[in-house]
Amino acid sequence: MAKKKFVVGCFDDEAVLFPAVKKVRSAGYKIHDVYTPFAVHGLDHAMGLRETSLHTAGFIYGITGTSTALGCISWILAKDWPLNFGGKPHFALPAWIPITFELTVLFAAVGMVLTFCYLCQIAPFVKKHHFHARATDDLFVMVIECTEKTNVDDLKSFLSNNGAIETDVQIAEAGWWLGRYDQDELPFENKQTVAA
Amino acid sequence: MHLKYESQLREPLVSGNKTYHQVTEDIIRPIEAKPSRLWYIGFYIAVALLCFGIYSIYRDVTYGIGQWNLNKTIGWGWDITNFVWWVGIGHAGTLISAILLLFRQGWRTGVNRAAEAMTIFAVMCAGQFPIWHMGRVWMAFFVLPYPNTRGPLWVNFNSPLLWDVFAISTYFTVSLLFWYSGLLPDLATVRDRAFTKLRKRLYGIASFGWSGSTKHWQRHESLSLVLAGLSTPLVLSVHTIVSFDFATSVVPGWHTTIFPPYFVAGAIFSGFAMVQTLMVIIRKVFEMEDYITMGHIEAMNKVIVLTGSIVGIAYLTELFMGWYSQNKYEGYTFWYSRAYLFSPYGWSYWGMMACNVLSPQIFWFRKMRRNLFVTFFMSIIVNIGMWFERFVIIVTSLYRDYLPSSWSVYYSPSIWEIGFYAGTFGLFFTCFFLFAKYFPVIAVAEIKYVLKTSGESFKDNMGHIEAENLETFVHEQSHAH
Repeated sequence: MAKKKFVVGCFDDEAVLFPAVKKVRSAGYKIHDVYTPFAVHGLDHAMGLRETSLHTAGFIYGITGTSTALGCISWILAKDWPLNFGGKPHFALPAWIPITFELTVLFAAVGMVLTFCYLCQIAPFVKKHHFHARATDDLFVMVIECTEKTNVDDLKSFLSNNGAIETDVQIAEAGWWLGRYDQDELPFENKQTVAA
Repeated sequence: MHLKYESQLREPLVSGNKTYHQVTEDIIRPIEAKPSRLWYIGFYIAVALLCFGIYSIYRDVTYGIGQWNLNKTIGWGWDITNFVWWVGIGHAGTLISAILLLFRQGWRTGVNRAAEAMTIFAVMCAGQFPIWHMGRVWMAFFVLPYPNTRGPLWVNFNSPLLWDVFAISTYFTVSLLFWYSGLLPDLATVRDRAFTKLRKRLYGIASFGWSGSTKHWQRHESLSLVLAGLSTPLVLSVHTIVSFDFATSVVPGWHTTIFPPYFVAGAIFSGFAMVQTLMVIIRKVFEMEDYITMGHIEAMNKVIVLTGSIVGIAYLTELFMGWYSQNKYEGYTFWYSRAYLFSPYGWSYWGMMACNVLSPQIFWFRKMRRNLFVTFFMSIIVNIGMWFERFVIIVTSLYRDYLPSSWSVYYSPSIWEIGFYAGTFGLFFTCFFLFAKYFPVIAVAEIKYVLKTSGESFKDNMGHIEAENLETFVHEQSHAH
């Protein structure tokens, strides 16, 4: 992916962030993303993101697990190798409920987590451009994608007027690549000296 | 939309005047500092126990499980007792993170991360017992259903022992996924603060490149909620299935329909006790008193007194049924082998009663619930009691069966049986010490999420809202965004 130009505005309070998001959107700017240190409820609606359908995927994985369990067990115990356990029926459905349930949960959970990682494009050794190191600490970082028409200075002052405590222009890769975090060009400026 | 207001009547979940940055600082500082002398002492003791356990297992594999003192009728002794005990302890983490999430209990945020870690380590310890009890452990893969050259001779899907294989492995996997997916944002926080290259690199790998994007958070929330919904019946099913190992047999004392709920309550009981033991230590050693407040300790003690009483009712119901059924074998097991103090194992039954039913009643008193010393002491007592419970169920039912000529001699464990148990303590605490050193012991992002509704300083600022009339309050709060 090619590199793009972004204007970055940092907010230190979600109460300021919400009106700012609305104003930036109604002014016609395209918000690339907002990076927050925790899940800010309602921010996805404010940004106009659609609901995730991850739970639907979870349901599909779950019924896959159910049918895998029932299919395999009934084939094994009733068809492939029927065993006589004290004259009980070969197709002993009630005794299969526990394993069927466990496999439903297992398939749903594993499938959902893998789907989550795929959708978010996250995995070990994946590297992304992080617009601000404090986005995982205490800042809410709004990133706006620039087009040819965007007046960067106007946008920066627009953000500042709406409560951004820090604004910045960055040219960055928007996708992910395989890389190491210790080879960052970012200086480790916030060095913490910690007493033992 | 959520109400952004929480009544003044509720105790704050985070005390002190905290900002988001302060929360990060407080929780991540212990990871960045050099471990204390106390940590090293604890860690080395744990590793020493682990080594003793490994040696016991080495002997077990070399000489067979005959080196344990199991005998003719007691084919399950300490090993399965320990298995059920550890699995029970492993129930609190998922209960706290899943069931309390669904019930919207805000206080879970302070303790869920460490409790989930504890769950995973406890299930790892539990898994050791059935595996090494197989004796020929190199054939352990026979429990897996796969097309094989033995017929194909499949596993018996109608057997509760196989249900256990599926239940425990599913529980371990799902708990691990739930724990680690919750940990990703916090590991990213550690990564972005890292001040050495090695740290930056390792936490960079561990955090999967998490950025905190709104869309990712939205999916993360959905994932947590569905995993919680899945884990809730899962956690109940796991101990239910463990209880089926006993309940589906025809051994007097095991063959009872009360077992599933009774085992689940017991599991939550012992799990919370273990969480208390660890939390009282963590909040002291890592100075987390602002995040694991007395309110958290009290809430967990309430769960302990509730589940302890449920377990107590189950014991009494069993005794009653032992008489009411008029079944000679049941009556003998419950009223002689267990409840008669001067029978060979009567001491273990009364030990269990004292630890599990009588002593937790102290938590009816608020002063006791909020007393750290009492809490710590009781958490140990409860875990001893719950170990006795499993010992009572297993050994007192087995040592005298239907045929008096095969009644066994008095069973007491060999040093290698004890060594194996001690070894799992080593495994558990080695893992836990490493976790406490290298991972955030409290869910940083979740604390930040509740900070502005339940943080002490923020609550004080919202006091005026309570004076407003209802219409204004509803109007303002329900349109917060």
